[in-house]
Amino acid sequence: MYKKAVSQTILKIALALLAVLIIYPFILLVSVSFSAEKDILSYGYSIIPKTFDVEAYRYVFKNPMALVNAYKVTTLFSVAAMCLGVFFMSMIAYVLSRKDLRGRNVLSFFLYFTMLFNGGLVPTYILMTKYLYLNDTIWVYILPGLISPWYVFMIRTFFNGIPAELSESVRIDGGNVYTIFFKIIIPLSKPVLATVALFLFLAKWNDWYTAMLYINKENLVSLQYLLQRILQNIQLLQNLNYGAVSSLMNELDIPAETVRMAMAVVVAGPALIVFPFFQKYFVRGLTVGGVKG
Amino acid sequence: MNVQLQKSKRRLIDGYPGQLTETMQLYSLCVIPVLLVVIFNYLPIIGIIIAFKDYRFNLGIFGSEWVGFDNFRIMLKTKDFVTITWNTLSLNFIFIVTGTIAAVLLSIILFEVKSRTFTKAIQTLVITPYFLSWVIASYMVFAFLNSEYGILNKILIGIGMKEVNWYSEPNAWPGILTVANIWKNVGMDSVIYYAALMGIENSLFEAAQVDGASKFRQAKSIIIPSIMPLIVIMTILKIGNIFRADFGMFYQLTRNVGVLYSKTDVIDTYIFRTMRVLGDMGLSSAVGLMQSVIGLVLVICTNYASKKIDKDFGLF
Repeated sequence: MYKKAVSQTILKIALALLAVLIIYPFILLVSVSFSAEKDILSYGYSIIPKTFDVEAYRYVFKNPMALVNAYKVTTLFSVAAMCLGVFFMSMIAYVLSRKDLRGRNVLSFFLYFTMLFNGGLVPTYILMTKYLYLNDTIWVYILPGLISPWYVFMIRTFFNGIPAELSESVRIDGGNVYTIFFKIIIPLSKPVLATVALFLFLAKWNDWYTAMLYINKENLVSLQYLLQRILQNIQLLQNLNYGAVSSLMNELDIPAETVRMAMAVVVAGPALIVFPFFQKYFVRGLTVGGVKG
Repeated sequence: MNVQLQKSKRRLIDGYPGQLTETMQLYSLCVIPVLLVVIFNYLPIIGIIIAFKDYRFNLGIFGSEWVGFDNFRIMLKTKDFVTITWNTLSLNFIFIVTGTIAAVLLSIILFEVKSRTFTKAIQTLVITPYFLSWVIASYMVFAFLNSEYGILNKILIGIGMKEVNWYSEPNAWPGILTVANIWKNVGMDSVIYYAALMGIENSLFEAAQVDGASKFRQAKSIIIPSIMPLIVIMTILKIGNIFRADFGMFYQLTRNVGVLYSKTDVIDTYIFRTMRVLGDMGLSSAVGLMQSVIGLVLVICTNYASKKIDKDFGLF
């Protein structure tokens, strides 16, 4: 018994160490953002701030125009894509879950095929810009990838597990497919729908790629893309307020190192706050639907 | 079973007069999703003909001139082609091996710890990186590798070694990327193995304990054999995607620094750069088409293989 307790303790310590290692980079980011710029310049980054200082955040929120705008745009398209995606994907997933429907296999293959083969970057880019005119619109963030076969099959697997008697009872009461779908299927599928919603939301929240390819208008830039450009070009920080104040400041005024990290914290924050709430759902959702059922 | 099926079939065709039949109602539900897939997944496939054309923006896809396999010939002639293919394959291979070992080990340790609240908390922490973008990750990597203020150089100087300019040291990057890959994915990957471990019959362990088997012996004789099929299948499925690189990782972590290309340029970053920077649509789509076709063949083969092992696995 004693030996067992010892080995349990050792395992726990090992796991705790691993967890610390894995979140260490994030702690580093946060502490740099709360450090004084002069400490960074003379001692380099460190895991515990030498002087606790919120100057970086003050700077970020002093001229927040571009940041606030990117926040608005990103929230808008993330929420929109999440809602539309969950809604449309559960519709097609329900149809696929009806084993009695003729043509179900064709529909199924129609979706599978997109996982196997795609047109690639260039054809997609040309389609979006030259034929659909989606570049520099908010829709370019929302519409492509709204139907992901992987999630559709995950939802369908969950739907398969809902007892047929429930739908049957609605049918006897004279309800049609739409009643079954909205009154029975959707309300019973919260775990899987929440899982998919979380994944969709985070995928969109983390989207820098779309903006890099299709967005030139400054007021439609996504948060992550704004952040990406700041790492590559610190000068951009000066233009956070669309250049209104920038001419008055010179480069030395920016606490560049700390502001950079503060920006990263401000951008990553929401994703980190949202996901633990969904965790109990998604571990279940993943293991149920991860493999084809 | 058969009777039931017939019954439900009959009911499906029935419909009240003046109302859509149930089949039509069901089809009506998937009109919008199907349209979205046609537009955003199937229409681009027509565009693969660009790989056989000298694409001019003003002439469009159909107006541009056919050039046969010229783009592919150019592709094979560039020395980049060997580099990007080798980098993609070798790095993905390393990622698969190290990633799988790390995830399996983590899931076994999680499984061995009996306190549920503790394992839950650890799981939450190790999954966190999965939900951060590669942009955020690139900031973290920058905090480590930044030559002036970075943590890693501080440590190197601390132990009396010379500092390294990481962003101009290509040879360091396969290692850096491998660590980053494990850091980001190990938590999520371990979830599926952990679930499989939880499914092992408890009586097996009880019997082993009665027989006096050590923990190590239990791991060797019970745990590993029971999750082996899952490991094999997950690996096979990953091999199916070995020609596809995680663009975000290679583009963001390296900050797209040209000096590093010899070790970090992969097929996906090359396709992107050829299109965006060089503007060579033909060459870019030729490389893209090659990647898609090889990917398709590989996925079909690996899927066939995994179905041989267990018919419940595989995508189709």
